[in-house]
Amino acid sequence: MKAAPFRYVRATSLAEAFRLWSHGGPEARLLAGGQSLLASLAFRLSEPSALIDISRVRELAGISQAGEAVRVGAGVTHAELGRNDLVRRHLPLLAEAVPLIAHPAIRNRGTVGGSLAYADPAAELPACAVALEAVVIARSAEAERRIPAARFFTGLYSTALQPDELIAAIEFPIARAGERSTILELARRSGDYAIAGVAARVKIAGSALIDPRFVFFGVGDRPVVAERAMAAIAGKQVLAETVAAAQAALGTELHPTADQHGSPEVRRHHARVLLGRALKRMAGLEEARAA
Amino acid sequence: MNEILDPRSVDRPNSYIGKSVPRPNARKLVEGRGQFVDDIVLPRMVHVAFVRSPHAHARILSVDGDEALRVPGVLRMFTGKDLAAHCDPWVAVLAHLKGMKSAPQRPLPLDRATWVGEAVAAVVAESRGVAEDAVAKVAVAYEPLPAVVDMETALAQQTPVIHPDLGDNLCFQRVNESGKVDDAFAAAHKVVEATFHTGRHTGATLEPRSILADYNRASGKLTVHHSTQAPHMMQGVFAKHLRLAEGDVRVICTDVGGSYGIKVHVYPDEVAAAVIARMMGRPVKFIADRLESFSTDIHARDHRIKARMAVDAGGRITAIDVDDLTGIGPYSVYPRTSAVEGNQVVNLVGGPYDFPNYRARTTVVLQNKTPTCQYRAVGHPIATAVTEGLVDLAAEAVGLDPVEFRRRNLMADGTYPRTSPAGMKFEGLSHMASLEKLVGMMDYTGLRAEQERLRAKSIHRGIGFASFIELTNPSPFMYGMGGARISAQDGCTVRIDPDGSVLAATGVTEQGQGTEAIIRQIVAEAVGVPIDQVRVITGDTLTTPYGGGTWACRGAGIGGEAALQSGLAVKEAVLKVAGAMLQVGPGMLDLVNGEIVEKRSGQTRMPLAELARIVYFRGDTLPPDLPRELMQTRHFITKEYPFAFTNGVQASYLEVDIDTGMVTLLKHWCVEDCGRIINPLLVDEQVRGGVVQGIGAALYEECPYSPEGQLLIGSMADYLVPMAAEMPDIEVGHVETPTNESLLGAKGAGEAGTAGAPGAVMNAINDALRPFGAKVFAQPFTPERILVALGKVSA
Amino acid sequence: MSIEVAVTLTVNGERVSRRVEARRHLVDFLRLDLGLMGSHAGCEHGICGACTVRVDGAIVRGCLVLAAALDGAEVETIEGLSDTGEIRDLQEAFVARNAAQCGYCTPGMLLTAADLLETNPRPTREEIREHLAGNYCRCTGYHAIIDAVETVAKARNGRA
Repeated sequence: MKAAPFRYVRATSLAEAFRLWSHGGPEARLLAGGQSLLASLAFRLSEPSALIDISRVRELAGISQAGEAVRVGAGVTHAELGRNDLVRRHLPLLAEAVPLIAHPAIRNRGTVGGSLAYADPAAELPACAVALEAVVIARSAEAERRIPAARFFTGLYSTALQPDELIAAIEFPIARAGERSTILELARRSGDYAIAGVAARVKIAGSALIDPRFVFFGVGDRPVVAERAMAAIAGKQVLAETVAAAQAALGTELHPTADQHGSPEVRRHHARVLLGRALKRMAGLEEARAA
Repeated sequence: MNEILDPRSVDRPNSYIGKSVPRPNARKLVEGRGQFVDDIVLPRMVHVAFVRSPHAHARILSVDGDEALRVPGVLRMFTGKDLAAHCDPWVAVLAHLKGMKSAPQRPLPLDRATWVGEAVAAVVAESRGVAEDAVAKVAVAYEPLPAVVDMETALAQQTPVIHPDLGDNLCFQRVNESGKVDDAFAAAHKVVEATFHTGRHTGATLEPRSILADYNRASGKLTVHHSTQAPHMMQGVFAKHLRLAEGDVRVICTDVGGSYGIKVHVYPDEVAAAVIARMMGRPVKFIADRLESFSTDIHARDHRIKARMAVDAGGRITAIDVDDLTGIGPYSVYPRTSAVEGNQVVNLVGGPYDFPNYRARTTVVLQNKTPTCQYRAVGHPIATAVTEGLVDLAAEAVGLDPVEFRRRNLMADGTYPRTSPAGMKFEGLSHMASLEKLVGMMDYTGLRAEQERLRAKSIHRGIGFASFIELTNPSPFMYGMGGARISAQDGCTVRIDPDGSVLAATGVTEQGQGTEAIIRQIVAEAVGVPIDQVRVITGDTLTTPYGGGTWACRGAGIGGEAALQSGLAVKEAVLKVAGAMLQVGPGMLDLVNGEIVEKRSGQTRMPLAELARIVYFRGDTLPPDLPRELMQTRHFITKEYPFAFTNGVQASYLEVDIDTGMVTLLKHWCVEDCGRIINPLLVDEQVRGGVVQGIGAALYEECPYSPEGQLLIGSMADYLVPMAAEMPDIEVGHVETPTNESLLGAKGAGEAGTAGAPGAVMNAINDALRPFGAKVFAQPFTPERILVALGKVSA
Repeated sequence: MSIEVAVTLTVNGERVSRRVEARRHLVDFLRLDLGLMGSHAGCEHGICGACTVRVDGAIVRGCLVLAAALDGAEVETIEGLSDTGEIRDLQEAFVARNAAQCGYCTPGMLLTAADLLETNPRPTREEIREHLAGNYCRCTGYHAIIDAVETVAKARNGRA
């Protein structure tokens, strides 16, 4: 399974990256961590003419605080993300998500920007970005655009990036006091893409869930914000009836297709189960055993 | 001579048999310094990649390599017609499987592709990458034909016949019957039945299929470095089909990265590589990549089994009736044939149990899917899952605890030799002792109490058992009788070298199970030298005795016995020389720890190295007529029993999440009786590895096809193999019932884990689901199937 | 931009300079260009873990890294780790416990186990299983491997 031949060049600055990219022709692709791209090239699913290595581009590196947000450079690896102090303190959802991503060797190379740009509907980070209402900073040679995560994922492996844009960074709003978050997924084996998953963030007031935000992954062609389920539970306590109502609402807004993990009905069922467990966990009602 | 069998001899020096001695070849493996076929680089070596059919069934109208041949670094392209001039086709049937039929198969087909992934043309280039670039440019014109994809309708009137010359798509059919089955069912107190499915799956060896064939035009010799279990068999195959003398073919297997039966078969693309080497007169390497492995490694275990069991009011089995249907590929696989798996199902169902009436039918049908053949434990996992599934249903129907039901029905210990209703001859088994040992090991009562307690908290755990028999040490009854040139005998040559060290060359082979280790142990003990003085060679047709390689768990029982006997023969020869040198009757002497010693006093008389020096360099000082054969070869074949049957029993303890359908394996146990154990550590690890392969089949692994015959998995992301995080700890125990067929008394153990694990896991899941009356019988037991059984989603 | 790229990197402490096809992944570079056969290719799409090696101190999938991208990098393979003695205790534990059968997964498994013990010196059995969850072994069923790693962890921490 050798990739078809391609040319290779490396950029160390963003300006150089754009220059090489525009000269590379329409079949040139950007190479960051390569954990998804190189696998797909091995299967000859695509045959780019050239790869422009942006893994050492200075401007894409680093994690810093930017006001009320943490700015994560697109070139930050999953491993770096998980180890980072700012992330652990201010973005607990991401810290919780990182160990679920593939395996250590993949996390050492795969990048946050790469994960979002690849937009696998069963991946954790895209759903987390949507759950946290992150903003994707897209750059082209001339301009910068700020794209809310909820509008960034447009379909199966598709994003709002223009053909001449790359992700420069992602800004994640810092977790506020009283906020809780969690990520739950079902996978046949640890590290597999989820067969269903939910990234969630709520505020707790008394014992009611305020402003709940549930984003499902692995059940559609992109992360799905479960608006109806959220509406059904907003402001309510987590009780058997409210959970059931939210689950019923969820069932009406998810439209998964059949895949090797099951029929649409099975996938909706799994999503409902995860919703119930996420709700209980957020309300602190979860028993000792995890999903 | 019989000191070896004396348990008191365990403390003798050089008593290695029965000890957990580490493997001599393990060090190079942990340092990454082994030698797998792909590690070998030869001068002028080229690489072959294959154009593979995207259709399940299609006529090949034309193959155009013009554009491909223009790719820089590409040397040649070959079609079926090119290779046919240098290679004879094969037909995989066995005469003793009556009525079996299959069509001739070639390394590359002449005019028709019959499964997705079948190689239809070969491209040779300077590197694998360039060969693949060229493959992408070969233009093949196909005329798609209707494909046979459903085994249930493979024999129906309206289904196309894949090979018109064969008349239909039936490869083999057999009914195995004894007693009065229909009467027994009519008179039964309870009848239980179920339809079982075992899902088609594959071996997924981590080292893919690998071959490096080299032909020397001057010497006329073909040398093949092959990742195979049976080098002598392959020597015969290459000779026969490439029209070479056997003596002009040498097959060498060094390190093999996992095999489990996958690499004991003849693959057309591997034969093609050898033919191409012959034609080009230079080394040709073919390493199957993961993508082509999925569609071309043999698949296995695609069965639908309708089965029922009759029991009397006392909870005793009175009859078993089985109807097995299996869909293989478009060709039976050479030379072991694709009917053996179904044949083993009808031979093995009900195996552990004492009951009088039995009927089992197998129908083996051809399909346009990847060919199937023997994969670890062959028909055993299927037969065991069916038997043990029925047993649990019957236990439930008569209100007996599953262990108690087995106690009432397993063949009693000490009632051997006996023959099963399926006609299998058992020399000596230990079902009862094994079951009691297992129950003790797992604290069955404690687990039942825990299950009860947790059920009250809506936590659903299940305990499942599987008793099984396993065939090992096969005689020619399995293959030779059917005309296949597959050796059931094996040989070992033991040689003393001038420094007193020992070389043992054996016809059985190593794929990681520890063959070299046990041969070394046996030879060291038999000869009487420290174990680090013994080197073992395996896997080379030129330098080892003619043998069968490793399969059907024959390495210890057959290869080991040959090693034992040749080691003892060398010791006897040494002592004859020693007697002459020391002017003492040889019967007064022994060879211990590399020293000639006086038996009675234990006094050391002379180092073996000294004796060897004299024999090799100062033969003038010995009596002229004295035999001095410090190199002895012995061969061994089993005598009375077609197979040395072993037995075992497994238990699985697991938890089913009834909301998600996910199964968490908590613990697994196996008690195994493989006769005399040569190396407990190696046997236990073979059992564990086998159990996990069985778990793979039970929970994860499946090769599904579309209605058009497209294989729906193509990567390790879709094909789920067991990984470390989901696997339980596995506790292994043993009972030892040696065989009297040999001095060593060893039977085989390699496949036992796989034989019992799926049945145990299935029964555990169904036990967990018992409060809901839900049952699953179709492997793999995916979350979807469990949710359907629970009625939480529709089918 | 070229199909062939010049790279200079350090492999097992040795500086090497080669011209490589851009598409050549690291494990092929090690095997075909440098003759270091200890790292194995099992799937070439990053799932089986047989190709696990170290780049700049971190374990990676050798099949999902381009050699061309490693100019200036430090690569360590099983051969290097064996020769420095860094993982001798792991290797001896694997031999003693029979945690290597066919040996094909073993180099990658050892690299990953070494990585675990570096980041988590006192792992539980579950943590060992979790860290090794991306390394496919078909022979052992994993139990012996977990035992071997656990033994080494305990020994390194002074508990027998």
